Amino acid sequence: MENSTVAAKYTATPRQSLGAFIVLMISWLLWSGIYKPLLIGLGVFSCLLSLWLARRTGFFRHAISLRSLLRLPALWWWVLKEVVKSSIEVARIVLSPSLPIQPELVELTTSEKTDSGKVILGNTITLAPGTVTIDVDEDRLLVHCLTTNSAASLRSREAEHRVAQLDIS
Amino acid sequence: MIDTVLHILSWILLCTGGAFVLIGGIGALRLPNFYTRLHAASLTETMATILIFTGMILQAGLTLAALKLAAIMVFLLLTAPTASYALANAALQSGLRPHIQRGSAKAPDAQNPEIQSPDTKNRSET
Repeated sequence: MENSTVAAKYTATPRQSLGAFIVLMISWLLWSGIYKPLLIGLGVFSCLLSLWLARRTGFFRHAISLRSLLRLPALWWWVLKEVVKSSIEVARIVLSPSLPIQPELVELTTSEKTDSGKVILGNTITLAPGTVTIDVDEDRLLVHCLTTNSAASLRSREAEHRVAQLDIS
Repeated sequence: MIDTVLHILSWILLCTGGAFVLIGGIGALRLPNFYTRLHAASLTETMATILIFTGMILQAGLTLAALKLAAIMVFLLLTAPTASYALANAALQSGLRPHIQRGSAKAPDAQNPEIQSPDTKNRSET
């Protein structure tokens, strides 16, 4: 009885289910590389099973719109540039004999409302070396920074701005 | 011609990636405490991952293997920060205070050792 109420709460729309099924099926076909009826049949079965399990674990509660997903590459490109920039900085700090670190804690207040948005923001911050998200509480993110410099770049709120452009609502 | 260029480029990427793994290792040894060492680890898990996988994709050329490598890279880049967060948050929850430089508003007791007495374990200020 309880199961049915939980499932009802997280039910995916037909479009979401179909989209997820297509993505899973494409991955199966690319990964296996063998196109025989038996294996494709097994693939369809596996994908349906995964879909059912994903639905049961509440995956679709956190689903984000296709529009936001299509904006991800732009975010990734920016993250890549940040990663390269801060990696070189951290590498220089690690290799310099005097080890010039100034650890700092920065508390960010985010305007992201969804869990997915907060996760993406937190992970984006963590991805760039020099900043690690260590706590997320409601709308506040606690970030540990290796240098004053990385803390300053975090305070410029650019990461937040970039994630906000995904417009996950 | 183009093959040679790609070959050289991929080796440059692989070697730089290897260098970043090494620097990350050196950083993990040299940095003074848990939270700062995490930054060195993130050097290995992001920059080195990107460089090494891009190098391997260039080696693989336009094949299915390249696509699989790209997928593995994306999965690693999605999960690595999550793992870092889990690790850092577990440390924070169990009462390990970040060692903050003097003058920072958040840490009036920066001179104290990073693990504090049990009565300050509860995160009252955060």
